[in-house]
Amino acid sequence: MALLAFHNITKSFGPLVANDDISLSLEKGDVIALLGENGAGKTTLMNILYGHYTADTGHIEVDGKQLPSGQTDAAIKAGIGMVHQHFTLAENLTVLENIMLGTESLWSLSQKQSAAKAKLAKMSEDYGLKINPDARVADLSVGERQRVEILKALYRDARVLILDEPTAVLTPQEADSLFKTLKSLTGQGFAIIFISHKLHEILQISTRVEVLRRGKIVGSVATKDADRAMLAEMMVGRKVERPSLEAMECGKPVVRLNNVTLRDAGRKASKVPKLDQVNLTIHQHEIIGIAGVAGNGQSALADLLSGLTIPNQGTFELLDVPVTQASPSNIVHRGVGRIPEDRHSSGVVGEMALWENLISEDLRNAPVSKAGIIIDRKACVERTNALIEKFDIRCEGPDAETKLLSGGNMQKLILARALAPEPAFILANQPVRGLDEGAIAYVHEQLLAARKRGAGILLISEDLDELFSLCDRICVMYHGKLTQPFDAKSVSTSQVGLMMAGQTMGQTFDQAPDNLNAPVKEPSHAD
Amino acid sequence: MMDILDILISAGFWAATFRIVSPLIFGTLGELICERAGVLNLGIEGIMTMGAMSGWMWVYMGGDLWTGVMFAAFIGAMFGLLHSGFTVYLGLSQHVTGIGITLFASSLSYYIYRMLLPDATTPPKIDPFHPYPVPFLSDIPIIGEALFTQTPLTYLALILVPMVWYVLYKTPVGLAVRMAGENPMAVEAQGINVLSIRTGAVMVGSAFMAVGGAFITMSAFDAFFFGMINGRGWICVALVIFASWRPGKALIGALLFAGLDALQVRVQQTAGAVIPYQFFLMMPYVLSIVAMVIMARKASYPKALLTPFRRGERT
Repeated sequence: MALLAFHNITKSFGPLVANDDISLSLEKGDVIALLGENGAGKTTLMNILYGHYTADTGHIEVDGKQLPSGQTDAAIKAGIGMVHQHFTLAENLTVLENIMLGTESLWSLSQKQSAAKAKLAKMSEDYGLKINPDARVADLSVGERQRVEILKALYRDARVLILDEPTAVLTPQEADSLFKTLKSLTGQGFAIIFISHKLHEILQISTRVEVLRRGKIVGSVATKDADRAMLAEMMVGRKVERPSLEAMECGKPVVRLNNVTLRDAGRKASKVPKLDQVNLTIHQHEIIGIAGVAGNGQSALADLLSGLTIPNQGTFELLDVPVTQASPSNIVHRGVGRIPEDRHSSGVVGEMALWENLISEDLRNAPVSKAGIIIDRKACVERTNALIEKFDIRCEGPDAETKLLSGGNMQKLILARALAPEPAFILANQPVRGLDEGAIAYVHEQLLAARKRGAGILLISEDLDELFSLCDRICVMYHGKLTQPFDAKSVSTSQVGLMMAGQTMGQTFDQAPDNLNAPVKEPSHAD
Repeated sequence: MMDILDILISAGFWAATFRIVSPLIFGTLGELICERAGVLNLGIEGIMTMGAMSGWMWVYMGGDLWTGVMFAAFIGAMFGLLHSGFTVYLGLSQHVTGIGITLFASSLSYYIYRMLLPDATTPPKIDPFHPYPVPFLSDIPIIGEALFTQTPLTYLALILVPMVWYVLYKTPVGLAVRMAGENPMAVEAQGINVLSIRTGAVMVGSAFMAVGGAFITMSAFDAFFFGMINGRGWICVALVIFASWRPGKALIGALLFAGLDALQVRVQQTAGAVIPYQFFLMMPYVLSIVAMVIMARKASYPKALLTPFRRGERT
């Protein structure tokens, strides 16, 4: 009898069938990897198991007993523990409080804090998950928060542990340490469901891979019989090849940051600058990648380069002219194309039509507007039609509401707006986040085409694979500091990973490389 | 200047301060409980009015004082249920719903009052709570008169501060309430129903508010008339921010405001000839705004305040 079994689970959200007749089962010691693209239905299935959602049809059995649907507490009692992709922790409370919630009867008049602390200490010891129970969650690193999430599940005596995209926020070293923990857990009889779209992790950790595509299980293979290419093809449904970088001599500088320091506007936060003496030069025909764990100053750098702020100290030169005024429209007209981090919140206005979004950076210029005050709708629609055609935006037409576009098509719309004027510098901040393989390949092709044309590009990404396949040079950001650019051929993923965790940072930064402002000879590589 | 010092060491001043602070403590604690669970309750002004009317009416109709207080609390809890129906279950705007509850509850109180007492020209009176000198403690000079010769509801208000603190910080249900205001998903993920926790908190908080209103008609005064809550509810909302959502600090903030209020009445009498009395009436509010500006910058508000939580929805 299986420890856990899904039977014919189906779940729809309106017209979208998120899970379509899914059945699978697992035993003690299994590590099942659920592999699939964004929107394939992996998280939905786990949310049904954990009781966040109720399945439309089908049922789940634990030890042969049916699990009541839609009840989180029943799932917990049955021994299911879930580490959510977005951690379910209260930042202002302590680790112990986060773990103790729900473990005692709500109506008891006191909490058994010391007993809980002892139990937690013993568990920390047993599973090798060190944590300070009295620390505030807000003061913990992302890796430590994940540890709290795992401990929270183990504290409730979970036997099946669900991990939803657990490595998305970790450095490679933190991910390795997580894998060690997981291996020791499976050795002790736990079963694990591991959700990911990163193939190398799945091959490393799982015993069996279940591939989901559009809500259906399209394949199930034992990991020992699987390889990367085969899994990728199963996941996407066709062969997709990401474009590769062709060697190219870089040209003259387009962006130059000299000793740029940027502080919070707020009163108190000014102690730690968001950008700390950053030096960076980006040339024509060059893609520079910024690696780093989220929250280390990447968004401050992006704000600066998209004209939202100006440095407190140091200079920002665009095409050899200093930028002295925080003005997005000004910077766009001076030749910057911007692909913002979050396309929904700052990329487009979802409630407005396609054509309105497409002209939004060019409102005052002919032919979009007459005399800078009246919008010429006909000219706008013409331009929109041309861009829809050129960038292959799948939509109902220029008047369609923008929020109805799929993620990939919305990103194409932003690419069309940013790249059509042929900017000299392109800021691409997480340009493929949340996109499927086909759309990722498209975005990468467009960036490479812009590089060929002569644009300088800054690519901010948390995905090291993306950076290594696309960039000429890579810098690492940590606590607002930026390392010198490294030739992407001459550093390894693990070296970059260590720098992302702050190690060796002092050395590399203090070396103050003398080649910072000089064009680098042959910084490119071909795969 | 000497006048003010004289006032500050007089027992009468402190007695007045503790009288003025009582409804503010009930209201502030009530609002604090709601907001800790993640629900802003701007119905407070109306709920206090309703509590003032219903508690008083209960006694006027022949009930005794303590059941009157309980009746007011019950009515307050019902309005809390109404508020959470809209904001917690339907996820509607907490601002709009709260203002709506205030308008509805105040108007309804006046309407019921008029309906039950159509002929009253001068407001009829009840026999309110009388000061209860605590044995022995009330014999202490100054402090005894100031703190231990109050009505029972004032003692209740003061006892509630550590009780609310204990429940919020030392019991499982308090942890669940605080967590619901910080990250409702964390509560859900531990198998606890967020909607019940929030509804419960809003009902208890609203009951506190109503008792605060009842204090005014049943302890501070002996009659109900229109506009007698006079913005105390809004002061409580501000005091919660001043207190950074902590019960102990809420007491300090409320005492500060009440002290200023008691002071201005007395300063009016000595300096009223030189400066118009409206200036003194204004002082507590001005100083509260100043204190707010200073304190609110450091306030750490509950992260999920104003954020509705819906189960089983795609995020």
